[in-house]
Amino acid sequence: MFEALGTALNLLAGLDPKLVEIVLLSLSVSLTAVGLAALFGFPLGAAIAVGRFPGRQTLIVLLNACMGLPPVVVGLVIYLLLSRAGPLGSLGILFTPPAMVIAQTVLILPIIAALSRQAIEDAFREYDEQLRSLGANRVQVALTLLWDTRFSLLTTVLAGFGRAAAEVGAVMIVGGNIDGVTRVMTTTIALETSKGDLPLALGLGIILIAIVIAVNAAAYLTKELAQRRYG
Amino acid sequence: MDWMRRLLLVTLLGAALSALAQEKFIVVASTTSTEQSGLFGYLLPIFTKDTGIQVKVVAVGTGQALDLARRGDADVVFVHARSAEEKFLEEGHGVKRFPVMYNDFVLIGPKSDPAKVSGGHDILEALRKIKAAQAPFVSRGDRSGTHIAELALWKAAGIDIEKEKGPWYKDTGQGMGPALNTAQAMNAYILSDRGTWISFKNRGDLVIAVEGDKRLFNQYGVMLVNPAKHPSVKKELGQAFVDWVISPEGQKAIAGYKIGGEQLFFPNANQPGA
Amino acid sequence: MSNGKLLPLRLEGVSFTAGGRTIIDGIWLEIEAGRSTVILGANGAGKSVLMRLMHGLLSPTSGRVEWSAPEGRPRKQAMVFQRPVMLRRSAHANVAYALKIAGVAKAQRAAQVREALDGVGLAHLARRPARVLSGGEQQRLALARAGALHPEVLFLDEPTASLDPGATREVESAIRAFDAAGTKIVMATHNLGQARRLGDEIVFLDRGRLVERAPVEQFFSKPQSAQAAAFIKGELPWIG
Repeated sequence: MFEALGTALNLLAGLDPKLVEIVLLSLSVSLTAVGLAALFGFPLGAAIAVGRFPGRQTLIVLLNACMGLPPVVVGLVIYLLLSRAGPLGSLGILFTPPAMVIAQTVLILPIIAALSRQAIEDAFREYDEQLRSLGANRVQVALTLLWDTRFSLLTTVLAGFGRAAAEVGAVMIVGGNIDGVTRVMTTTIALETSKGDLPLALGLGIILIAIVIAVNAAAYLTKELAQRRYG
Repeated sequence: MDWMRRLLLVTLLGAALSALAQEKFIVVASTTSTEQSGLFGYLLPIFTKDTGIQVKVVAVGTGQALDLARRGDADVVFVHARSAEEKFLEEGHGVKRFPVMYNDFVLIGPKSDPAKVSGGHDILEALRKIKAAQAPFVSRGDRSGTHIAELALWKAAGIDIEKEKGPWYKDTGQGMGPALNTAQAMNAYILSDRGTWISFKNRGDLVIAVEGDKRLFNQYGVMLVNPAKHPSVKKELGQAFVDWVISPEGQKAIAGYKIGGEQLFFPNANQPGA
Repeated sequence: MSNGKLLPLRLEGVSFTAGGRTIIDGIWLEIEAGRSTVILGANGAGKSVLMRLMHGLLSPTSGRVEWSAPEGRPRKQAMVFQRPVMLRRSAHANVAYALKIAGVAKAQRAAQVREALDGVGLAHLARRPARVLSGGEQQRLALARAGALHPEVLFLDEPTASLDPGATREVESAIRAFDAAGTKIVMATHNLGQARRLGDEIVFLDRGRLVERAPVEQFFSKPQSAQAAAFIKGELPWIG
């Protein structure tokens, strides 16, 4: 195992081009997915947090449940949608990075929406009276809270990114793990491990873990800094 | 927030555009064992250089590869399970099947050889001995070409494996590589294609137990997915691929692929009955 | 009397029930311009709910709350709560926010914010994140925010209840400044000393009912109702 580790570290140090290509693809797919999920998830979370409508509680429970969507299931459903035989087949994006972005966006959208809803609802409880007193309407309240909870929301985004970067089920199915096209860190680790070829898998594993740790550290530091500076 | 939105749009657009930009490409549905043998890594660049067509290989089990094609998600099918391929043709999903090449299966087993089959050249005899000894045996169990071949061999050996299997028979539902990993961990027997075995690096105590039996030959066929049934199929480009692999250039390239000096695949497009 | 002025504010038979309990019970009250009004009462008397009914955060279960002119934009009546709620921004930005919601053009906001902060003596803390300010400073900031639009009426719901004596003094002095500038002060408190210091008239509540209303000195020297007398005695046992 140590021999494999040694080879892995060599690959990392030498910035093996295949490695770099795989890492960059993983990052671009997951970052885009997180960006899209935030774009739709934040307004959704805010709307549920400050809105009052019938079925709201059920929606919240459903949203929280969807945080635990199994990636393979999401991958399967998106595959069926994007397949030529499926309703969105004419888009022709199956087995391409956009398909992977879509699958990961669907996977982490509930996470971002549910977590932001919680953060904004907590803030809503604190601010509601005061903001109404100042004359803000519902939409203004939602927007104000979105900005005011920005540090919690950043943590939410980091959590979503961590989940996206680490999953393999969804991108495997909709991406097809095609060499040079849709092969990302997680699918490569799966592939190389199954081939019994450990150095590349280990190298990628090290990078993946490093990314996960970095993301968590960033989340923690953000919260600390924000607390200290803004109270 | 504005710049974030713009960045996202640009990234998405870029990704979409790059996907579209690769206009000249086809999707080939093939099997994990073929991909993992490294053949495509060697063969496809030659094809692309010759024709300018990119090939995207989606490597899954034979069953899934054919299913993929049935949904029109692939342009060409390149697998090694003749009966399944003929059924595919009967259903009207393929145009015509051409034999391309063959490789062979080998029976892998632990050095300790509990069923005493090592060095033999009769695969059916070996399987009977394994069952009699109740030695651990790993099956792929995933409707792949290898799995279908394995089941056919049990049948030919006179064993109804569905009825007669016991705890010694491990039906894993995995691809060739993962199944080999499992066999290595359990010190079990397993039927593998030679290509995957040669590139497999995690052998542990496993060695080749039985090889060379004609019944272990594994025939590959290539089919263009029927554009009449699936209008999205890239007819010309896909046909170009089919034509190329059975052409003298393609066949020469296939024979040229070696691992450790050993040729893995034997071109036989000139054997129409194969 | 449609000179655009909000006052007098009329409460006509206002009641408020919630969770089966009657918190405000049939109050008839007219709040006029001029002298500062203190809503006095024990904890649980319904002061906070009455304040919110007048400000408009709550709707009465029965009866009417009516201003003398329709409320327009920007709002000309504001409220300061017991605990100041500040956004995660600078002190300056918090006051600017109120102006923005009220529809004040961006170009004019900065000057108005500075004026408001000057009025409560917080100009030197304008750039500081509002939430790191002390309790007293935050409450003064809340006053600045409420007062930035030069409201006709300023409601204050127990504004110093959570503050120490030093901060209380600062806030009371800021309130007095608003009073002197002509803003109508309506303040709820259970603190007799504060009522005396800041109020011109007392409106005394007991268990949701308006029990007594009188100019401040008369209320303390000659309370007309038994409840008021008991309350005063309870808080200041040495008044005989």
